[in-house]
Amino acid sequence: MNTTTKYAATALAAALGVTVLAGCGDSDDKASGGSGAGSKTVTLVSHDSFNASDAVLKAFTKETGYTVKVLKSGDAGAALNQEILTKGSPRGDVFFGADNTLLSRALDNGLFTPYAAKGLDRVAADTQLDAEKHRVTPVDTGDICVNYDKKYFADKKLDPPNSFDDLLKPAYKNLLVTENAATSSPGLGFLLGTVATHGENGYQDYWKKLKNNGVKVVEGWEQAYNEEFSGSAGGKKAKADRPLVVSYASSPPVEVLYADPQPTEAPTGVATGTCFRQIEFAGLLDGAKNEAGGKALLDFLISKRFQEDMPLNMFVNPVVKDAKLPELFTKFGATVDKPATVAPDDIAENREQWVRSWSSLVVK
Amino acid sequence: MAVPAVFFALFFAYPVVAIVGRGLKADGAWQFGRVGEVLSRPDILDVLRFTTWQALASTALTLLIALPGAYVFARFDFPGKQLLRAVVTVPFVLPTVVVGTAFLALLGRGGFLDELWGIRLDTTVWAILLAHVFFNYAVVVRTVGGLWSQLDPRQEEAARVLGAGRLAAWRRVTLPALAPAVAAAALMVFLFTFTSFGIVQILGGPAYSTLEVEIYRQTAQLLDLPTAAVLTLVQFAAVGGVLALHAWTVRRRETVLKLVDPATTARPPRGAGQRALLGGVLLTVLLLILLPLGVLVERSLDTSGGYGLGFYRALQSAEASGSTFLVPPLDAIGNSLRYALVATLIALVIGGLAAAALTRRAGRLVRGFDALLMLPLGVSAVTVGFGFLITLDEPPLDLRTSWILVPLAQALVGVPFVVRTMLPVLRAVDERLREAAAVLGASPLRARREVDLPLVRRALLVAAGFAFAVSLGEFGATVFIARPDNPTLPVAVARLLGRSGELNYGQAMALSTLLMLVCAVSLLVLERIRTDRSGEF
Repeated sequence: MNTTTKYAATALAAALGVTVLAGCGDSDDKASGGSGAGSKTVTLVSHDSFNASDAVLKAFTKETGYTVKVLKSGDAGAALNQEILTKGSPRGDVFFGADNTLLSRALDNGLFTPYAAKGLDRVAADTQLDAEKHRVTPVDTGDICVNYDKKYFADKKLDPPNSFDDLLKPAYKNLLVTENAATSSPGLGFLLGTVATHGENGYQDYWKKLKNNGVKVVEGWEQAYNEEFSGSAGGKKAKADRPLVVSYASSPPVEVLYADPQPTEAPTGVATGTCFRQIEFAGLLDGAKNEAGGKALLDFLISKRFQEDMPLNMFVNPVVKDAKLPELFTKFGATVDKPATVAPDDIAENREQWVRSWSSLVVK
Repeated sequence: MAVPAVFFALFFAYPVVAIVGRGLKADGAWQFGRVGEVLSRPDILDVLRFTTWQALASTALTLLIALPGAYVFARFDFPGKQLLRAVVTVPFVLPTVVVGTAFLALLGRGGFLDELWGIRLDTTVWAILLAHVFFNYAVVVRTVGGLWSQLDPRQEEAARVLGAGRLAAWRRVTLPALAPAVAAAALMVFLFTFTSFGIVQILGGPAYSTLEVEIYRQTAQLLDLPTAAVLTLVQFAAVGGVLALHAWTVRRRETVLKLVDPATTARPPRGAGQRALLGGVLLTVLLLILLPLGVLVERSLDTSGGYGLGFYRALQSAEASGSTFLVPPLDAIGNSLRYALVATLIALVIGGLAAAALTRRAGRLVRGFDALLMLPLGVSAVTVGFGFLITLDEPPLDLRTSWILVPLAQALVGVPFVVRTMLPVLRAVDERLREAAAVLGASPLRARREVDLPLVRRALLVAAGFAFAVSLGEFGATVFIARPDNPTLPVAVARLLGRSGELNYGQAMALSTLLMLVCAVSLLVLERIRTDRSGEF
C-alpha cells in the first residue's frame, strides 16, 4: 500500500473509530449508570442555575440507594423547551425548573406524569398551583425585584424607590435598567409585576411613562447586572451608571457571600414594593425510565434537608414551612411581604400578547 | 467523498431537516403557506433588512481595516510578528459574552473613547460594526495574508522592470492572484456577520436583531417553531445564494499560482512609507484588538484588595466557586482542550477528504457539494443543537447524553474552515509539477505525496489551527449539549457571569483571560511548527 492510500485509510478508520467510540461510550453509560429499569441512577434535567451541595446529594444516595446525575441545559426557558421537544423520550427522569410564568407551556404539552410527593402537606399552600392533579411539585420561590445601589442614594441623600409608582418619579429619571421581557426571565417577571399592579389595561400606560422616565432595556440579566448596575461588583469595575436594576431579592446576600473580604453590610438593597414572585416546580417526566427513582427524588426535593441546603446554592427560598433560612439570608436579604402575582391561567392566556405589546411599546 | 457526505448527512442535514420539519409540518402535511405568513410580518421584514445591512457594512469595514494588515503580515518582517499574528486570532475564539463585556468597557460610559473625547458608542450600531471587525480581523489577515505571503514578489518586480507602474503592477499581477482569497475572506466575514448572534444580542440590545438572534428567540425562548423554521429557511436560502456567488467568482478567477516559501517574501520595512504603513497597522491592532483584550486582563486582576491573583486562585477549587460547579472551574480548560482536539481531528479528516475530493473531480455535483460543506456556517447553532436533540436519540445513534456530541457539533463548524483553507492551495498547485513527476516515473499517488503534500502541509496546519480555535470558542451549540460535569471554558464563563457577586464576576474574567491565553499559546505553537518545516519547501 502506498503512503497516500494509507493516509486515506487511516483517516477513514479514524473517522469511523470516533463514531464507534461514541457508540461505545454511550452504551457504557447505559450499562453503568443510565436510567434503565431498576437502575441505581436517577437523572435530573434542569437549567444552568441548578445546584445542590455534594453532601446533600450523597445523603440522598445513602437514604435511597439512587445516585443523582444532573443534566443542565441552558437557561430556564431553553431547558424547558428542550424537554418539550424531546417529549416522550426524555433525557432524564425528573425535570426541575419550570416556573409559574412558563408552567402552562409544560402542562399543556403533557410533559409530566402525576405524582403526589411525600411531604406535600408541609409545603406552603399558595405555591401549590397544580394541587388537584399533582403533575408538578413546587420546590422553591424567588422574588424578582428592583435592586438599588446603596452608596449612590446615600451620596445623593435621596431615598431609594420602593414601589412601581415610585419608579415614575422625576427623581429617578434615567436610573433604572431592566431586561428584555421577551427573552429574559427577570425581564418577564418585572413586566408581569406591572401587569399585576396596574392591570391588563393599565400596564401599557405605565410602561409609556416608565419609558419617558428613561428606563433602559438591555438583553439579559448578566449585562444589566454586571455592566449597567452601579451597585454590583462587576458594575463598579465597568463604571456603570445606573443605580437601579431589575434583579432578585436574594442578590444582596450573594454580593456579600462572594466578596473578599466579606463586608458587614450588603452594598445593595431591595425595593420590596417592586417584587414579582416566581415559583419553581419539578415533575416526573412522561416516559421516564427510572420512575421509582424519580419519585424518590421528588420526595427528596421537598425534604427539609434539601430545602435548607437550597438557599445558599441556588439563592432561592424554601417552600417548606419548617425549613430554616441561613443566617446570610436573614441578615442581608429582604423580606417581601406582598409580592405581585398573576394567576397562572391568566399568564398562560396572555403571556405572548403582553410581551408583544411590551416590545412594540418599549423597545421599538 | 463518501465519508464527508455521510458525516454531513447524519450530523447536519438530518438534524436540521428534522427541526425545520417540526415547525413546518402539521398533521403530517407540509404547511408552506406559513412561509408567506411569517415573511409578511413587518417585524420580520425589519429583521431581514437590518441583518443584510449590518452584514454588508461590517464586511466592508473589516476589509478596509484588515487588508493593510494582511499586507503587512505577509510582506514585512518585524520583531514579535508571530506573537502578534497569534494574538489577532484570539478574538475569533472568545465567547461573545466576554467580548461584549470588553467592548462595553471600551466604547461605553467611562470607556476609553469617552474619557478621551467624550464619545460613547454603546447604544449605536457602531459598537456592533467595530466588534465585528474585532472578531473577523484574523479571517482576512489569515486567509488573504496566508496566500499573499506565498506569492512570489519577483513576479510583480518583473512587471515593474518591464515598465509597469507600481499600481499597475500590483493591479495586473498581485490583485488577480489575490482575488480568490479576498473573495473567500469577504465571503467568510459576510457569513459570520450575516449570522452574527452574541455580538448583536449583547451590543444591539433588544432593539437590533439579526436573523440568527431571531431564530434563537423564536426557538429557545418562545418555542414558536413555525416562525423559527421559516427564518431558518430564509437564512439557508441567503447563505446558499452567497455561497453560489462565491463559487462562481472563484471559478472565474482561479489561476495557477507559483507559491513560494513565505520566509523568502517578507523583509523588514524600508523607507518612511512602509514604516508608516507598519505603524498604522500596529496602531489599529493595538486600539481595536489589544485594548479590549487588555480590559479583560485588567478586570481579572482587579480584586477588592488591589491588583492580585485572587480570582485565579479561586478557580482551583470547587468550593470557592460556591459549588457553581461540581468540579474546580480550572478543570474546564482540560475539558475544552480535549473536546477541541477531538473536534479538530474529526474536522481535519472530514475536511481534508472533502477538499481532496473537490480538487480531484469537477462537475456540477461536486460544486454543489463544495457549497454544501459551507452551509453549517450559515445555520444557527440553536437549530443544530435542537436538531441533535430530537434526532440522535435512537440506537445505534443514541448520542444525546454522550460526550462526543460536543466535538461533533464543533467539528461541523470546523470543517468549512479546513476546506476553505486547503482548497485554494490545493487547486493552485501547478499541474505541471505533477506531470513532471510523472514523467520522471512517479505514480500518480506518489506524485501527490511528493508534490502536493509538502505544498499543502502549511495550509493543513493553518486549517488545524482554525478548526482548533473555533472549537475552543464554540458556544452556541455547546451550551445546549455540554454535560454539566464537563463544562467547556466558554460554558463555564457564561455560568459564572450568570451569578452576582464579586468573586463570580472576577472568576469569569480570570477564566476568559485563561481562555485567551490558551488560544494564543495554541496558535503560537502552531506558528512555530509551521516555520520549522518551511525549510522543506
